[in-house]
Amino acid sequence: MSDITKQSLTELVENIKNKKLSSTDVTKAFIDRSEKSEKLNAYITNDFTSALDKAKKFDQKPNFDLKLPGIPMAVKDLFCTKNIKTTAGSKILNNFIPTYESTVTENIWNEGAILLGKLNCDEFAMGSSNETSFFGNVQSPIDKNLVPGGSSGGSASAVAGQLTPITIGTDTGGSIRQPASFTGIVGLKPTYGSCSRYGIVAFASSLDQAGPMAQNVKDCALLHEVISSYDPKDSTSIDFKRNHYSKKLTNNIKGKKIGIPKEYRVDGMPKEIENLWQKGIQYIKDCGAETIDISLPNTSYALPTYYIVAPAEASSNLARYDGVKYGFRAKGENLIDMYEKTRSEGFGAEVQRRIMIGTYVLSSGYYDAYYLKAQKVRKLIKNDFDEAYKKVDAILTPSTPSSAFKIGEKTNDPVSMYLNDIFTVPVNLAGLPGISIPAGHDSKGYPLGLQIIGKAFDEQNILNIAYAMEEKINFKNKITDWWIK
Amino acid sequence: MSIDLKTIKHISKLARISVDEQRAEKLAGDLNSIFDFIEKLNELKTDNIEPLTSIAETTLKLRSDEVKSKNIREQIIKNSPQDNEDYFVVPKVIE
Repeated sequence: MSDITKQSLTELVENIKNKKLSSTDVTKAFIDRSEKSEKLNAYITNDFTSALDKAKKFDQKPNFDLKLPGIPMAVKDLFCTKNIKTTAGSKILNNFIPTYESTVTENIWNEGAILLGKLNCDEFAMGSSNETSFFGNVQSPIDKNLVPGGSSGGSASAVAGQLTPITIGTDTGGSIRQPASFTGIVGLKPTYGSCSRYGIVAFASSLDQAGPMAQNVKDCALLHEVISSYDPKDSTSIDFKRNHYSKKLTNNIKGKKIGIPKEYRVDGMPKEIENLWQKGIQYIKDCGAETIDISLPNTSYALPTYYIVAPAEASSNLARYDGVKYGFRAKGENLIDMYEKTRSEGFGAEVQRRIMIGTYVLSSGYYDAYYLKAQKVRKLIKNDFDEAYKKVDAILTPSTPSSAFKIGEKTNDPVSMYLNDIFTVPVNLAGLPGISIPAGHDSKGYPLGLQIIGKAFDEQNILNIAYAMEEKINFKNKITDWWIK
Repeated sequence: MSIDLKTIKHISKLARISVDEQRAEKLAGDLNSIFDFIEKLNELKTDNIEPLTSIAETTLKLRSDEVKSKNIREQIIKNSPQDNEDYFVVPKVIE
């Protein structure tokens, strides 16, 4: 079966359960395609040999009660995987082999999935184009000149390019939803506290969340129900009753009220994005739901707030990389010199930039003016959403202010790079769930996404809305296999 | 507001990242354009706003203080950059 890699996760699970396919068949197919796809540079580390062993073992003693029976899966290289190198896309972790497993990946393996390898990402998840990785940039399966988005660029490229049936990324300011939008796939950023952060290389702890990236909404719902769990090892993990999101998935959204926030109509937004949004509003209405104009007045302050909060937390989190306990160490004349050279040589330019911003806003004399101010504005942004949710069940916006841009186009201007996350960042600041679904193409044929933002812990609702819209949109991703010789 | 080279040197010292002249100048340029953008927050009056310190509005769960990971010294030492089975080794700190 040469078309194995074209199948969705749901189809693969079905076919393995019905014994039409073995785990070995499926694993082999994805390994073959991954091996032919080196040009995409989606993987940092592969674990193909042991993946095949695991698949054979599964087939000898299959357990079809599991949710991901013998399904091969590559994951973002930000998740610690026991005995498998975990780099976070950084030179400073180039030799780091965790002795423990992240909770989210453990949940995945416990349901029968098999690790294919670790996927490329922006260094420490800091970037919107996957160009900051120490292991080189990732190419988009849509077009070789395009970035796949970031920071989960390897993950997006691998799902859209069918190197893995499904994957997980992490999202601090849009790192799942923006690359999903750029590559024509579905990406869910869950509510803060829904998925454990234990064993995920930390970037900004009050914003980071893991989430699924998939070819369709149903696959996304299934993986979300696997990874979302209460975990005492993460003190911000929330103990609430999780749904069987995939089983409860319904396209019946009649009577739902969907908010359309006027502040997302930003200056200079291409007409194509506005048209896409209008199309989305029509789809919502076609599904029997109602749209209501709402206001989120502090939206334009979200990005400046994010660029205080996230670097501040990052500068603190990344203090651990000092060349002493693990990771890269540079030679120094004394201890301080060793620290300074290790961090100067071990971190790339974007990471250093963010550590410097964070250090500055937390430094003596500036804390109140920047960090405290940002925390207050963050409160206002959260209040905006709380207010809106008194009137609506969910909110519809574009996922990004443009389609994917060219490799190298924005690397010299950090602010223009940051502006990419203008529609996704408010969701992280407010700790809400958001999903990006592919909704059309621009005139160049590049995918465009729409974002549905939900109330906290209301993933089921936004998955249902996404599911209903997906049916109406009937999106077909244009993958030409340009990278396969 | 303008971040000068002296400030960059100061921050780099606090952040323990050595920065040469050329890099310092590039960083000063970048940080100035980023802070120009951040200054937008000053448009907002926030005197009476409570800062948001935790996004999850729940109190932290308490647990009993028990040792869960026993005898994992080997695991902890395993990734240390300089091999030694008992300690983390750093450059000499006492003359």
